Amino acid sequence: MTRPSFATLVGMIITSLFILAAIFANVLAPYGLAEIVGDAWEPSSSEFLLGTDSIGRDLLSRMIYGGRTTILVAAAATAVSFLTGSILGFTAAVVGGWFDQILSRFVDLVMSIPPLILALVILSVMPTTIVVLIVVMGLLDSTRVFRLSRAVAVDITVMDYVEAARLRGEGTVWIVFREILPNALSLLIAELGLRFIFAVLFISTLSFLGLGVQPPAADWGGIVKENKDGLVYGISAALMPTIAIAVLAISVNLVADWALNRTSSLKGGRGA
Amino acid sequence: MLDQTTTPVLSVKNLKIQATSYPPGEKPKDITIVEDVSFTVQRGKVLGLIGESGAGKSTIGLTSMAFGRGGVRITGGEILVNGRDILKDSQSQLRSLRGQDVTYVSQSAAASFNPSKRLMDQVIEATLRHGILSKNEAKTRAIELFRKLGLPSPETIGDRYPHQVSGGQLQRVMTAMALCPKPSLVVFDEPTTALDVTTQIDVLKAIKEAIRETGVAALYITHDLAVVAQVSDDIMVLRHGKMVEYGATSQIITAPAQAYTQDLVNIRSELHSEKQENGTPILKIENVTARYKSVPINVLKDISVTLEAGHTLAVVGESGSGKSTLARAITGLLPPIAGQISFNDQPLPPAMQDRSKDELRDLQMIFQMADVAMNPRQTVGQIIGRPLTFYFGLRGSARKARIRELLDQIEMGRGFEDRYPAELSGGQKQRVCIARALAAKPKLIICDEVTSALDPLVADGILRLLLDLQAQENVAYLFITHDLATVRAIADKIAVMHKGKIVRYGPKSQVLTPPFDDYTDLLLSSVPEMRLGWLEEVIANAKMQAAGN
Repeated sequence: MTRPSFATLVGMIITSLFILAAIFANVLAPYGLAEIVGDAWEPSSSEFLLGTDSIGRDLLSRMIYGGRTTILVAAAATAVSFLTGSILGFTAAVVGGWFDQILSRFVDLVMSIPPLILALVILSVMPTTIVVLIVVMGLLDSTRVFRLSRAVAVDITVMDYVEAARLRGEGTVWIVFREILPNALSLLIAELGLRFIFAVLFISTLSFLGLGVQPPAADWGGIVKENKDGLVYGISAALMPTIAIAVLAISVNLVADWALNRTSSLKGGRGA
Repeated sequence: MLDQTTTPVLSVKNLKIQATSYPPGEKPKDITIVEDVSFTVQRGKVLGLIGESGAGKSTIGLTSMAFGRGGVRITGGEILVNGRDILKDSQSQLRSLRGQDVTYVSQSAAASFNPSKRLMDQVIEATLRHGILSKNEAKTRAIELFRKLGLPSPETIGDRYPHQVSGGQLQRVMTAMALCPKPSLVVFDEPTTALDVTTQIDVLKAIKEAIRETGVAALYITHDLAVVAQVSDDIMVLRHGKMVEYGATSQIITAPAQAYTQDLVNIRSELHSEKQENGTPILKIENVTARYKSVPINVLKDISVTLEAGHTLAVVGESGSGKSTLARAITGLLPPIAGQISFNDQPLPPAMQDRSKDELRDLQMIFQMADVAMNPRQTVGQIIGRPLTFYFGLRGSARKARIRELLDQIEMGRGFEDRYPAELSGGQKQRVCIARALAAKPKLIICDEVTSALDPLVADGILRLLLDLQAQENVAYLFITHDLATVRAIADKIAVMHKGKIVRYGPKSQVLTPPFDDYTDLLLSSVPEMRLGWLEEVIANAKMQAAGN
């Protein structure tokens, strides 16, 4: 096995820092989530490392708790979208016929509506709990994963080895999970890194618009919303979450690149 | 100025070609692809370069234009074209060399033409670019070349687009393109390998006559010794980038000095004599007609053949004759619209989905392209092991032992279980596919062009293996091929297919004995024979027939 490159190592370290911070938010955050500890928008000091927010809560603590919510929702939504999208996409390619037609046209229909508008409509009639958020985001995103997986799988199903498996009498489950999935994996992993970041942006957007995570719970989009008025007075609190999103996006994709390189080798990950 | 009559058109001395390889986890290192190769080509002469894939023949061909494909470097020796060392040429000198003094005909004409430009524009492009002729002169010359190369309606064929002519015609248009700028040397890189035998002969004929009439020198690259024997004056046999033997064509064909050349000359001599009918048919196809869904044309028309247990039926025909469709009909991938297929005296359900596991197991298939017939993400052990688990429920050590046994049967040693297909050679891949088919203990194996993608000697090994396995396991083969030499080597019975019909069918001795029907005659007479003067005979015969009519 080849040693991970410097960029990969950086990506791995930063990504794991984010994950650790999310898991151990209770321990790491100096103050409580909704605890008012000072004046509004105090500058950073030894007491409040990133200063305080619009109503005097510790910004660092809110960022840590917010990161936990954002990463959890985005990760769960990505998992939902990849599970449904890839399995349905592969099955549509393997089974074909009306099954494929109905699914594909339905996906076209959903994709023709801007996801943000659709999400706003659905979330305004549904109770805004974390689970609903995850499911709605995951299903909306799964249309894109469906399109990708179906396209990749259509190319793979015409290969002779899939025909050989069919001739052997293998069922759809074997063909999807043993013949197609391993050969589509590297593309899916490349997509995974991107889609996760889109999910982070999506949940942040929803919260910014007030339909995502509800106060007093925090997420990065919500923190931008709460502090956006401070920008006029030169207070940078609203920028903290955006920096966090950017750093997370880059580090996750550095790891995804490494995973892509590892899985795209045809010699079982032994070669470059 | 050098004397043009005595200076060879191409003279290569001690050529050394290297490339850089990047082994995983190690430092990049230089590997030698071609070493110590020297030859000369005189005006009007043809040198055949022959060898298996990876022998370096195309690489050597391209060096005559001082060109190396991706990452390949010419690191030693000298290459003289008309007495000038082209390795010392500047870029602009090279530009005028390529496409003017030296031209190139590639293997796949279909992939080499620009699909959105008319043929004529492409044929005269290089000639105009180098300012050799005016546009009208170039067109006149192109039309003249089209006529020499025997293309239909030479005046207008240049107005067509590449997809509007057949593969054999396109290959001839490409030859015209190469000859148009009046080069001193043409490099033919496997120009007929991708063609059917009956088309190949037209192209060979055209190339041979064009070379003779224009007096150009040529390098002819191929892996088929029988083909090269027809067109070249000298032959150089290459292996692993080194010269094995170099001499006049007559000497190489009739008295090869090296063991490797002798193997090449003696390839596919009859391996197997015909078995007597034993009266136990395993596969019976009666009046089968089949078509693809969206096309209202029957691809198979009223096909009836019988195959007996432990025998080999060869289905021969050109591409498009319907032979692979027959395989799809038998396997149930394409249920026939009429007729019946019986297996072991039991009618077989037409669609694959309706067949029982045992019916599926009894009928296995080996594909033409072994590299896409195996899942690149599975190891050899997993590939061979899956039918064992799927059909016989073998697991653990029993499965492992049987995999070993099968690997022994296909003459591959231990230690292959954990390899991935990408780590195998072409011949090894096909052997693994054979093992996968054998693992199911089938009564019939359909072999769809299983040796077509392989080098001659490797293909020979595969055929021998298949015959040995037939003797051991008493398995029947339905052998689909376009190669009559293969058929001669292994068949008991032959069915000749043409346009979806069987035009000739019977025991091998009978099918290959005159009197022939027209199509079988054409097919048989088109297979290049490993002797000198064969092409001239065929051309003479064709002229006599034409005169007779």
